[in-house]
Amino acid sequence: MQQPILEVNGLKKYFPIHGGVLGKKVGEVKAVDDVSFQVRPGEILGIVGESGCGKSTTGKSILRLIEPSEGEVKFEGQDITTFGSEEMRKLRKDMQIIFQDPYASLNPRHTVEKIIGEPLLVHGMKSKSERKKRVQELLEVVGLSAYHASRYPHQFSGGQRQRIGIARALANNPKLIICDEPVSALDVSVQSQILNLMEELRDEFNLTYIFIAHDLSVVKHISDRVGVMYLGRMVELTDKEKLYEEPKHPYTQALLSAVPEPDPDIVKERIILEGDVPSPANPPAGCAFHTRCPFAMDICSQIRPEFQPVDNQHFVACHLYDGRQ
Amino acid sequence: MEDVILELSGLSTHFFTDQGEIPAVDKVSFRVHKGEVVGVVGESGSGKSVTSLSILQLIPSPPGKIVSGSIRYKGEDLAKATEKRMKRIRGNEISMIFQEPMTSLNPVFTIGNQMREAIRIHQKISKKAATEKAIQMLKLVGIPRAEDIVNEYPHQLSGGMRQRVMIAMAMSSDPSLLIADEPTTALDVTIQAQILDLMKKINKEEHTSILLITHDLGVVADICDRVVVMYAGQVVEKGTTREILKDPQHPYTQGLIRSLPKLHGREEKLYSIPGTVARPKKDRVGCRFAPRCEFAFERCFKENPELYQLGDGRESRCFLHTEKKGERLEDATTNT
Repeated sequence: MQQPILEVNGLKKYFPIHGGVLGKKVGEVKAVDDVSFQVRPGEILGIVGESGCGKSTTGKSILRLIEPSEGEVKFEGQDITTFGSEEMRKLRKDMQIIFQDPYASLNPRHTVEKIIGEPLLVHGMKSKSERKKRVQELLEVVGLSAYHASRYPHQFSGGQRQRIGIARALANNPKLIICDEPVSALDVSVQSQILNLMEELRDEFNLTYIFIAHDLSVVKHISDRVGVMYLGRMVELTDKEKLYEEPKHPYTQALLSAVPEPDPDIVKERIILEGDVPSPANPPAGCAFHTRCPFAMDICSQIRPEFQPVDNQHFVACHLYDGRQ
Repeated sequence: MEDVILELSGLSTHFFTDQGEIPAVDKVSFRVHKGEVVGVVGESGSGKSVTSLSILQLIPSPPGKIVSGSIRYKGEDLAKATEKRMKRIRGNEISMIFQEPMTSLNPVFTIGNQMREAIRIHQKISKKAATEKAIQMLKLVGIPRAEDIVNEYPHQLSGGMRQRVMIAMAMSSDPSLLIADEPTTALDVTIQAQILDLMKKINKEEHTSILLITHDLGVVADICDRVVVMYAGQVVEKGTTREILKDPQHPYTQGLIRSLPKLHGREEKLYSIPGTVARPKKDRVGCRFAPRCEFAFERCFKENPELYQLGDGRESRCFLHTEKKGERLEDATTNT
């Protein structure tokens, strides 16, 4: 089998909660709680989940934009959690990120040329004319025009701004791009333009994406494999066809059944989950989903299920599949 | 027809800004019948929210103003109603819920306090009776521990629970029409499913008509009987949910449906409509969708298409229909 480009083992991120008069640590929010997965070169790995499930924190921890509490992140075989800041800075040439909000992630006082040129300068392209040429090239690549370089972010629409964000991420020919909800702020007709662009770029530049989103249809469309997160944990991970056609984890089943589809001929047996997602500051013991799970057994509230393969390359964390590996 | 609850005829709402007059809503006409769920669908800037706010005269004026058209609610024209009359209509007859359940509730008052206030504005009952009514309404919308929740503050509730409280408050005076402006957009899918189920239950059991404003065609398929599609301030297509989703007539509706990634089945490449949504401008010549339309021909850039009647209440604003069978609508204010 191919060497994975990225390997995440037992990644944890706990945020301390401070309280009381002295501001002592009174607890922890377990935003990411023991997540492991691998990303193969050239694939698009989708990560889905509802708000607060830790999908964005996972993405940012991989890049160490948020320092992980525990676990290892191996990029091309090297554990990057041990890297110093200079090594990390060099590595960011290969690992980039695209953010959700194209309105907040571009500096309003900088021209597009400066925004896209900045990472080039940081990674050693000192010549101004060289940078200018590269910026124009990048703008063409993402479907804008060279003359846009002298404009400011407010002169662009949401879709165009997201293209600028993509151009910035591409500037130093990265190998891996983490896309954190890249299309969720966009209208449907613009969303499909950006999704198509991202797919074209993947093929053209041999990119690998981790595509984080809450929209199950969007993730289905773009990904090769999909992981589902719930309350800081990965509950299911497999090829997209398997995940969408034969979901194994009760949470995945409920999530898929809850998506309203724009087709009146699809009659769904909808699984309505009771209640809300519990607080990650005080997650339920055992399986985090047992409080809402229609199939919960005694063991579910006591022992946390292992994230293990049930089928070929089909990972599930659920006691229903105990003894089926 | 007897059972028409709400009828918009040629409603135009314009905003008068430093950049000039912006026709955010341009001659919009549609009807809502008793017990019906009608969806108004469009992308940002399509005028769907301004339409819904105009109905209850909630458009800040200035800069906004209803410049023409009528809003007939059970025969009475709300566009001409006085503020005093509107106060009686709002909440009593027509209620509204909004997208942000966080910002729609006052953070410094308890749930019970806010619900009592809403109830006692419309009904002359004692404080105690109003509290009981509030608890009863919270139970109706499926809130557990309703007796405790009335004494809690909005921040103690989750997003889905807050939206249930909003619905309970909106339903407390037993309105004939509920306007829901993107009620599930801020919620997660599993919570969205709960809220949509609740709205269906209210529609069925209380016979409340619902006007649902949304951008999500999946939500439309789930709950709506009929759909009005808007683009850049105008209605571009009307029909039943099945007709719109299965057999869209207007190139914009067709493009919109084709650009959606599907949850089931395979597709290689997504269709995409080129360009971005046009901003409404005064004195625009030609079809507003023409610059993005793959079927556009010369006439589309020179004249404004009217809504063409395609039979059985279907309408579509496209010159392509002149080449097909279908009679031209005389005026946007005639029958639906």
